[in-house]
Amino acid sequence: MVANKYVLRFSSALVDQPVIYHLVKDYDLVINILKADINPHQEGYVVLELSGDSENYNRGLEYLKSTGVDVAPLSGTIFWNKDRCLQCGACTSFCPTGALKMDLQDRLVDFDGSKCIVCESCLDVCMARAVEVRF
Amino acid sequence: MTVERTIAEINEKVKQGKAVVVTAEEIIDIVKEKGVKRAAQEIDVVTTGTFGTMCSSGAFLNFGHSKPRIKMNKANLNGVPAYAGIAAVDAYIGATALPESDPENRIHPGKFLYGGGHVIEDLVAGKKVKLEASGYGTDCYPRRHLETWITLQDINEAILFNPRNAYQNYGVAVNTSNKTIYTYMGVLKPRMGNASYSTSGQLSPLLNDPYYRTIGIGTRVFLGGGIGYVAWHGTQHNPSVARGENGVPTTGAGTLALIGDLKQMSPNWLRGVSFLGYGASLAVGIGVPIPILNEEILVSTAVTDAEIYTTVVDYSSAYPERKPEVLGKVSYAELRSGVIKLQGKDVPTTPLSSYAKAREIAQILKEWISNGSFLLTEPVQLLPSVEAGIELKSIEIRNNS
Repeated sequence: MVANKYVLRFSSALVDQPVIYHLVKDYDLVINILKADINPHQEGYVVLELSGDSENYNRGLEYLKSTGVDVAPLSGTIFWNKDRCLQCGACTSFCPTGALKMDLQDRLVDFDGSKCIVCESCLDVCMARAVEVRF
Repeated sequence: MTVERTIAEINEKVKQGKAVVVTAEEIIDIVKEKGVKRAAQEIDVVTTGTFGTMCSSGAFLNFGHSKPRIKMNKANLNGVPAYAGIAAVDAYIGATALPESDPENRIHPGKFLYGGGHVIEDLVAGKKVKLEASGYGTDCYPRRHLETWITLQDINEAILFNPRNAYQNYGVAVNTSNKTIYTYMGVLKPRMGNASYSTSGQLSPLLNDPYYRTIGIGTRVFLGGGIGYVAWHGTQHNPSVARGENGVPTTGAGTLALIGDLKQMSPNWLRGVSFLGYGASLAVGIGVPIPILNEEILVSTAVTDAEIYTTVVDYSSAYPERKPEVLGKVSYAELRSGVIKLQGKDVPTTPLSSYAKAREIAQILKEWISNGSFLLTEPVQLLPSVEAGIELKSIEIRNNS
């Protein structure tokens, strides 16, 4: 048995494909969805735990990658350095879950770790390098 | 009776601690509530603020002389080259300079983690910075090489001199191509996945004095947490652009060249920044006071984000190729809502300058003036305005053949 957590990011062209159905039906994998946001015609993400016997697991992963879904292991945590943050808010338009968010009144950025899926979309778009991933 | 005041009269009140100072955000509601006439009678100064990346920035440094002396023709600070083509131990460290060892965009997109802007931040933070200099040796300057550590306190002068800051309005950047692009307006997602914008809108210095009726050479300002001055109009200052009925430019227009003592400044307001795939730079905090000399000037300071428009430009083609096409016009109120409508599509907006920090700067400057520690200055000469008829020039590519 192999079990690991992954972040799958779907482009808008892929969200209408039954990817998870195939993982279960064709590769006999056990899927536990931890967090997801998928909407028609929009990009989306799924954080899930994949488990199965190692052959099916590896074939399943191959299949996932072949669909064009962006597959990244869920590892580490995102650390937001408030003192380095310039409060521009650029990251908030790249964060898919609203973990990095800007209040529309005081226009201050805040980070809610419980919403973060460690997709790392924020890392390189931060001009102040105020977000980092810690393992 | 219409209001007419002079800067000297305002300064008398500042000295007595009686000047009435509000920010460019606060003035909006005051004018709505009291009307222009009463607001102009009551208010002496409106403070503005902006905090964002301004690439045309840098600092002149004089290191003092070594024993024996050196005439530096190369000077690196933490590995970042400073321009040393001036006198023996003078140099200019520019915000976008990169170490020779930086991989730049060889592995695209490059990260540009450390550059001239970061050197300036480190100096202002009081950190030790490595100076490595070389010269060719002369009879009067025999030394050919030196390597040492300096701090801002150790050196003679450190003068921040930024040839172009505080752009009066700026375009919105989108990407209509099918791949992500990496620009000085940040990362732009394909197919108009986001729209980047800068400037602090209703708080921004030159958007509150659209025709430069009060701002000119010698205007004392908040610069990088210390006191600075307007040295000249900034490079690419272009008052001749299209303007709305309220006189506010609808694209990049006026600019300021600013100067100030780096030793007074703070790393809170001068910060090195890294733009993925583009380069390193410096985020600069600036606040300009606007004396309310008459009602007309007051009306300009009460401008709101909903009344300031800017143009949307495609950075995948129109911008790099210098094509004139624009994709639309949006207001800062729309931009700040988080989503704009472009060609029928909802596009999330990416802010690049900090509104919260701009607000903080306007508040600090308001306090400085209110407590009598910051006097306004009479400009020696106003900035060129529409009447100057400035036309922006471009490089013509001429072939030798």
